[in-house]
Parts: sequence; C-alpha cells; structure tokens
Amino acid sequence: MIPGNFEYHAPTSLADALALLGQYGDEAKIIAGGHSLLPMMKLRFAEPEHLIDINGISELRGIREEGGMIKIGAMTTENQLIASEILWDKCPLIPTAAKLIADPQVRNRGTIGGDIAHGDPGNDHPAIMLALGASFVLAGPDGERTVPADGFFLGTYYTQLEEGEIMTEIQVPVPPAGSGYGFSKLKRKTGDFATAAAAVQLQLNGDSCTQINIALTNVGPCSFKASDAAAHLTGKVIDDALISEAAEKAMADCDPSEDLRGNIEYKTSMAGEMVRRAIRSALSNAKGE
Amino acid sequence: MSTEDTREEELKGVGCSRKRKEDPRFIQGKGNYVDDVKLPGMLVGKVVRSPYAHAKIVSINKEAALALPGVHAVLTAEDLKPLGLHWMPTLAGDVCAVLADEKVSFQYQEVAFVIADNRYIAVDGADLVEVEYEELPVVVDPHHAMDADAAIVRDDLVGKDEAGQGSRKHNNHIFNWDVGDKDATDRAFESAEVTVKQKMINHRVHASPLETCGCVASFDKVKGDMTVYMTSQAPHIVRTVITLLSGIPESKVRVIAPDIGGGFGNKVGIYPGYVCAIVASIVLGRPVKWIEDRIENLSTTAFARDYHMEGELAADKDGKIKALRVNVLADHGAFNTHAQPTKWPAGLFSICTGSYDIPVAYANVDGVFTNKAPGGVSYRCSFRVTEAVYVVERMIDVLAQKIGMDPAEIRMKNFIQPEQFPYQSALGWEYDSGNYPAALKKVMEAVDYEGLRKEQAEKKARGEIMGIGLCTFTEIVGAGPSKACDILGVGMFDSAEIRIHPTGSAIARMGTISQGQGHETTYAQIIATELGLSSDDIQIEEGDTDTAPYGLGTYGSRTTPVGGAATVKAARKIREKARKIAAHLLEVSENDLEWDVDQFRVVGSPDQAKSMKEIAWAAYNNVPDGMEMGLEAVDYYDPPNFTFPFGAYLAVVDIDKFTGVTTIRRFYALDDCGTRINPMIIEGQVHGGLNEGYAVAMGQELPYDTEGNLLGNTFMDYFWPTMVETPKWELDYTVTPSPHHPMGAKGVAESPHVGSIPCFSNAINDAFMQFGAEKHIDMPHNAFRVWKTLQEMGLNKD
Repeated sequence: MIPGNFEYHAPTSLADALALLGQYGDEAKIIAGGHSLLPMMKLRFAEPEHLIDINGISELRGIREEGGMIKIGAMTTENQLIASEILWDKCPLIPTAAKLIADPQVRNRGTIGGDIAHGDPGNDHPAIMLALGASFVLAGPDGERTVPADGFFLGTYYTQLEEGEIMTEIQVPVPPAGSGYGFSKLKRKTGDFATAAAAVQLQLNGDSCTQINIALTNVGPCSFKASDAAAHLTGKVIDDALISEAAEKAMADCDPSEDLRGNIEYKTSMAGEMVRRAIRSALSNAKGE
Repeated sequence: MSTEDTREEELKGVGCSRKRKEDPRFIQGKGNYVDDVKLPGMLVGKVVRSPYAHAKIVSINKEAALALPGVHAVLTAEDLKPLGLHWMPTLAGDVCAVLADEKVSFQYQEVAFVIADNRYIAVDGADLVEVEYEELPVVVDPHHAMDADAAIVRDDLVGKDEAGQGSRKHNNHIFNWDVGDKDATDRAFESAEVTVKQKMINHRVHASPLETCGCVASFDKVKGDMTVYMTSQAPHIVRTVITLLSGIPESKVRVIAPDIGGGFGNKVGIYPGYVCAIVASIVLGRPVKWIEDRIENLSTTAFARDYHMEGELAADKDGKIKALRVNVLADHGAFNTHAQPTKWPAGLFSICTGSYDIPVAYANVDGVFTNKAPGGVSYRCSFRVTEAVYVVERMIDVLAQKIGMDPAEIRMKNFIQPEQFPYQSALGWEYDSGNYPAALKKVMEAVDYEGLRKEQAEKKARGEIMGIGLCTFTEIVGAGPSKACDILGVGMFDSAEIRIHPTGSAIARMGTISQGQGHETTYAQIIATELGLSSDDIQIEEGDTDTAPYGLGTYGSRTTPVGGAATVKAARKIREKARKIAAHLLEVSENDLEWDVDQFRVVGSPDQAKSMKEIAWAAYNNVPDGMEMGLEAVDYYDPPNFTFPFGAYLAVVDIDKFTGVTTIRRFYALDDCGTRINPMIIEGQVHGGLNEGYAVAMGQELPYDTEGNLLGNTFMDYFWPTMVETPKWELDYTVTPSPHHPMGAKGVAESPHVGSIPCFSNAINDAFMQFGAEKHIDMPHNAFRVWKTLQEMGLNKD
C-alpha cells in the first residue's frame, strides 16, 4: 500500500497545468480529490511518473448561474455542492445525490469534475449529468471545447476527454418549473460504490410527462441513459404500471459485472428497483408533494 | 448521604461508572502504538507474498532488490535454514513456514523479507524480488479436502500419521476430536419422538482490529539483549517463545506491548513477520520494524471460524430436548496455527449444549488443511464458543419450527433452572451460576414480546416481512484452570503485583494487556474497593515483560475472571498486612478490628480507626516487631473453574423485500456478567461486541474463489459498519455473581459478540420461516443473499 516514485507538481493556474500535461503526456496524471487515483497508485495498479495536482487552481472552483445555465467549476467539492443554495434552489438533484456519495471525509475533498472525468461506472455524477442534460467544458492545448454529457462516456475509464485535456467546468441547464427529480442508490454501506443507482429528471405538464431522462450508475461498463424506458413514459400520465414497464426496459439496457455486491441478476433487478423509486420520487416532487 | 457512602463514593471503586483513564491520551493522539516506536538506526521490513494459493517455488532471484540503494538484505527460507528458523512451531502442535520452503500453500503466503532504510524503499525492493512459481492444483473446499485425489496441502507432513493433535487419516487431515457419550446419544436419537438435523456454516471472517499487527525488534549486539515492541495480546508467552526459538536467555528478552488498537484474537498468535523482523535485527544488529498493511492483515494474520457444522436435536413432541449431536468440519487453512489451549483442538466447543438441560450429547470435530490462510483464532470469543453457541441457538429454533412451538416457549421449557447450579453439563462442564428464565422473562416483558409477534402476523398479512430473533446464550470464559488449560505447557494462570507507596498512592502491574478494554481504569477500581484508596491514585501498568509479573495475557474474556481475581487476592494480602499494622498502631488485637470502606476501626469504638493512608505511611516507618517494612503483594491466580456469563438477546428486523436490505429495528441485549466493575465500560464493551456481531452476521466474509484467490481483502468489500449502519442498542442486565470468583465477576466483552450473531441469524430465519422457508439460511445475511432467498421464495413481488 505504498505508491511507486513520482514527481509532484502543483500548478496554480490552468495554463500551467495544461503546459505540464503537454510536457509529460501519458507519463502524467491529473489529481483532483485523488480518491480513485491514490488507491490505484498505492496498489501499484497505476504508476504515473508525474502527478499534477490541480487543487491549487482557484479558477476551477465555484458555482454560479449564468444565462439559464448553472456553471460548476470542475474542482468544486461534493460538500460545496451540498452547501450550495443555488443548487438546492435551482437544481436539487445534484446536492440530493451528492449527499449519498461516499462519506463525509471523501465529500470534503472529492470533486465533481474528478468524479465525472475518471469515467468509472461506479461514480454517481455521470448518471446525474446524463439525467440533467449537462455539458462539460474541456480545456486543451488548442483552447476550449464543450461536449454534451450524452455521448461523453464511452466505456470503463474511457471518455471523450483527450490526452492533454482538463475538464474545467460543468454546465447544467436550469430545469424549468414543473420539473421533478429523483435519485435512488443502493449500497452495502456508507462509503461504498452503488450496487445500482438511478437518477431521474422529468417535467410535467399537468399530469402528463413531457420530458424525462433516466440514467444509471454501476450497471454497465459506463453510466448510460435508459432511453427506451424514457421514451415509454414521455407524453404519458405516469402510473405504477407504466413505471414497472419502464423499469423493465431500463433493466434490458443493463450489462453489469458480477462482484461481491451481487450477481448480474441481482444488480439488474436492483437497477430496475432504483429506477422505480427514482421515478416515484421525481413524480412526487414535480407535483409539489 | 451518610459519610460512609461519601467515603465509598470518593474511592471510585467497583460499581462506579468512572471515566476511562486511557481516553485523554487516545482522543488527543497521544497514544503510543507500535508504529509510533522509532528507534535510532531503525530499518523497515516488507514481506514478499505469493500471488498463488498453491505453487512450487522454482527460483527466487534477489539481485535486483539487493541492487536497489537503501536495501540492506533480502531473507528467504534458505537464509533462515541455517538458524533452524525457516519453520516455527505453532500453539497447536503443528509447524508453520516462516518463509515459504520450496512451495507456497496459500495466497499471500510469506516468501521473502526485504529490509531497507524505510518503508518506501522496502516496498520498492519487494517489487524487485523475482520469484518463479509453478502452479499446483488447489484444495479450497474443506468438504473435498479428504477426497482420495485431493491435492496435498502439506508435503512436509506426508507419511506422518499425526500433526500434533492426535491421529489423522488423510494427508490433509489434521485431527479428529470428540466429546460426549456417543452411544447414549445415538440411543436417545433412535428412540426420540422428534428429531431435527441441519447443516450450517460459521463462515470465515477476520477480527480486523483497527491497528494491524506489527513489531519493532531491536537486538543489542554488545549486550546480547533482545527488545521487541509488539502488538501482542500475550507478551509474556511471546517472550518465552522467542527464547525457545532463538536460544537467547529469557532474562535477556524484553517484550513490550504498548498501546494496542484492538486485538479480538488477531494478536494472540506469533506471525512470520515478527520472526523475520527479529532475525533481521539479530543479523543486521539494527532495530527492524515490520507493520502489516490492511490487505496483509485481512489476508494472512489469523482468520476466525470457518466451521462447517451439522447440528441435530432429539426431543419429545412437546419440545423437551433429549439429546444433542454435532458434527463439525473445521477448515484450518494451510497450517494448524489456531490459538487454543494446547489440549483443546476444538477449543471450548463443547459448551454447545448451551443454556439447556440436555441429558446426553456428543460432538465430533475433524480439522482439515486447505490452501487458504492459516488461523482459526477466536474473534472476540473464548475459543470456538461463538461456533458452539451458534449451532445450539439455531438448532433450538429449527426444533421449535418443526414442532410448531414459539422460540421463547421452547427455551423456557429447556432452560437449566436456577436451583440446578452448579450444573454439570453433558459434555463435561460445571456451570458456576445462572438464572436463565429470569433473564429471558425480563427481556420479553421489556419489548412486549407478544405484541411483537402480533405485529409480525399483521405485517405478514400485508405482505411485509418482519423477523424476531432470540438468543439465550451461555458463555464459557476465563481460561483457565491449569489442570485443564495451558499454552505451550505454561498454565493459564494470571497475575497481579500491587505496591502501596508511603503517601497512600499505588502502582499495580498485571500479566494481562489491554487492547482497548480499559484495564487502567477498571483494575484501579478493584484495588480501590479492596484497599480503600481512591482509584485516581492507583497507576496500572501492563505489557512490559521486564516490569510486569508473568501472565498469559488478554483474550477469551480472561482478564476479569483470572487477572481480576489475582488483583483481588493480591489486594487482600495487603489488607491483611495492613490489619496487623493498624492493630499495632491502635494497640489492639487484630481480632478487634473491622474493615470499614477505607480504614480499620475498632469494633464497638468507631472513633478509634486508622485509614489505609495512615497505615501506608506506617508501613514504611512503624511496623510491628518482626514484620518487614513495605506494603506490597503479588498473586498468581490459578482459577478453580471457568466462569459462565450469560444473556438473553432479542432482535427485530424488517426486510425490504425488493432489495433484500435488512433494517435492525430493535436490538435488546440483557447481559449477566456477575459483579459489575464499571457499568459504563461494560456498556461500551457490549456496544462494541454487538457491533462486531452485527458485522459478522450481516456482512463480514473472507470469500475465496475456486483457485484459492481471496476476493474481499480491503475495506471496500470487508464489512465494517459505520455509525450510519450501526443499529441502536438497548441494554439491560441482571447480576448473578460467580460463586468461585473472589469478587463474583465473570467477564463481559465477548458475550455480545457470541450472543448477537445467532440472534441476528435467528431473526432473519424467523422472517422467512413464517412464509414457509424450510431450510436454514446461512450468514452473512447481506442484501444480496437475502434477496436471493426472497427471489427463490417468490416474495419480492408487489
């Protein structure tokens, strides 16, 4: 449980961080909260020669609302998300879910950007971002580009983030009035990754669902949207029967791997159950219940 | 309040919830643990471990490691062989490889030991040791260990018809041990109106103390002294073992167990890492530290349990038990390193008749080798008692289900009655004292047992799943009488030495060692009450073999029953001397004096008195003619019997039928540990034990795949409940003193672990039995496994 040798860099500006990343290429790893990277380094599964710590770059932190968007600096910590009045007011799915991530110590240092950019299917923010229709700002040697969450996650530890790029900001469209959200997560204990989790964001017009996103955590090689399930509910008055049918469709999209949390059948079934619960809570808070 | 009461209160003696004296240093980070020990010139060792469960070692190449700057040496079995230290004896009469000799027999087995300037270089060096392996077929399932074509785990024992604990019948067989009247038991089963039989597993778990194992060995080449700081629950016996292994005279070996961050049985044994550090220090002439990381701790240093049991009960149709029969297959891993008293290959498993008046019984245990980590220590229980209590407490529920009787009623029907004590059990124990019906009755009234059963039925009608678990256990602790118990030939006594200073404060040293139990607090309370001195003025020291009297250490809840008794006896020797001094000072006969809280006073003339403080002063300047000065005493206490704490526990669980998640809604724990020394510490102990029992029953497990790879050896998978998961505990007690212990105390730390595990398991099984489950459901009752039962029974539907 002792990492190999590495050189530690602590740039204080994004430009410096990008320059270091350019200089060391695939010998370098960016470290944000470090909760995924450091255990891998201690087990020597990862042995980067250079560690670029971006915690000192203050421009990467903070939450603001601008032009119908909530903009969250990639280095904003989970506890900052949980403490954010803007988020509780405008986009409560994020802090609601963040409270269920890991434990207080991890949330004190773990960042939203690190959680997303790592591409771990067990991380929760990818599914939340898919449910919210978020976009990510990626800075690289040739400037910035903005990519949608939908399509960003390509596989386990594999995203559209390219070598030399750093995620700098998360942009979330402010959900309109009549929105509802739900996040359900099953885990073995505090601090564990999800056995399965589901994030739901929907809009109602009267009783009818005009739009819904359903996204899942840790039941496939990467987080994904359960599109058939969402399509099945769109334009309809959602009742228990429809919820169960949608959960079945979401389960059909799952491709979990077996581990000590459970076998494939259990994890798939739990994905369905989490979808059911997340839809129910989204409906109830959309209706102001 | 009378002055007498005030004086008694000021002593902060037995019965006082005195705050723990240890806590200020622990909560301020001022403890001194082994890893805090830093000696001048100290080097650090790292063990190179096997990735395979069973493999021949073709070659070991140290060159690259030795070439790394800062690496001082790399030890292998070849290096230890000339010293005769490549193997070491175990407490169970077997031998254990210190560093793998020609082959490895379990994953993570110790293969080489790299010694370097610091931990970083040591780990880098360990990575550079090249070991070539040739994989061999493995034995993982103990049920196939004695198959005719099973791979041989221990080449060194081939052709030997015994492995230190009696005859054996297969290369992978270790021992067979049985107890009880087999024929009478068989006859009782043949003629019984009702019989039940059930297989169940006490799965492999690990005590996982917060602090892992480690040591700092420091050999002084000039003086020839060996000092070892070690995470040891038994430092004195370790000193003896070091002498036996190394030939260094015991007078030149000093073992210091400093603050210890939890032991729970994991720190009883002597591990290869310790031996390597000691040898390395002798070879290099410098202090060498070895500290396990978490994966090493969970993977290699002494697991607990792995008992595969088949329980049987014979009864009449009204539920009166006629006989018990238990067959056990015990998986001991690759070496028989389990820590039990020498003559007890299955520990005190024969307590398996429990709290019930069972006329005849028979238990039979076979131990086998497998390609898994060695161990078999107790995990917060006296030697194999958790396993024994589990089988009887599950079986009585199985019997209750079979004849349609309530689990509380069948217990009441079969309890040993208060007037039967001292009670001779069918398997040979003499239970000291108990009142089982009163305990269970108190619990049932406190929780409204009938109301709970009614609620359960109502919930069932609504499709909700609620379970109620009972456990009415009897423990056996305080090992033990030297006629029955020894470790490597040393009787299992314990000791106390008390010295009163002239101004009336005191220092006392014991042969036990606290690992978080609060000995500095509670021993002082015992002395305070016995000698009338404030516990605040009594300093307790343990763990340094140069200063403390020889004792067998702290495990198996033996501190209070054995060390506590020694303390009382030593204190009473001092009080008798004090009586003589008081008589001399007051110029009366000893027989005219009576003890009164903190003084001797003249009978019928209470104003004439000498306080213990006055007597202490006199002990150093004014003693009777012919008496030697000073005021101190030592006692080595060999207990006449074990003690038998007991309790009645009840759990109420609600199962989420869609996810399998179990919520512990209530847990009511009534313990009877005899005389209570510090109620607050007892409550803390009970909370800790219940938490561990909850962890074992609901999640902890060391699972292996078919290749012998350990799957869950980090805290990501190995279940440690946090305060979020921890249920709320409701505690209660009765007091039934032990008649043979000088102050009636029995020991408490292990009861909550031993008693809660079957209680949780009974609650889960009860939840499913009401829906017609016919087979016993094994632990751990994690959400996934509970869900599988829900799925099989079709209960996870709306």
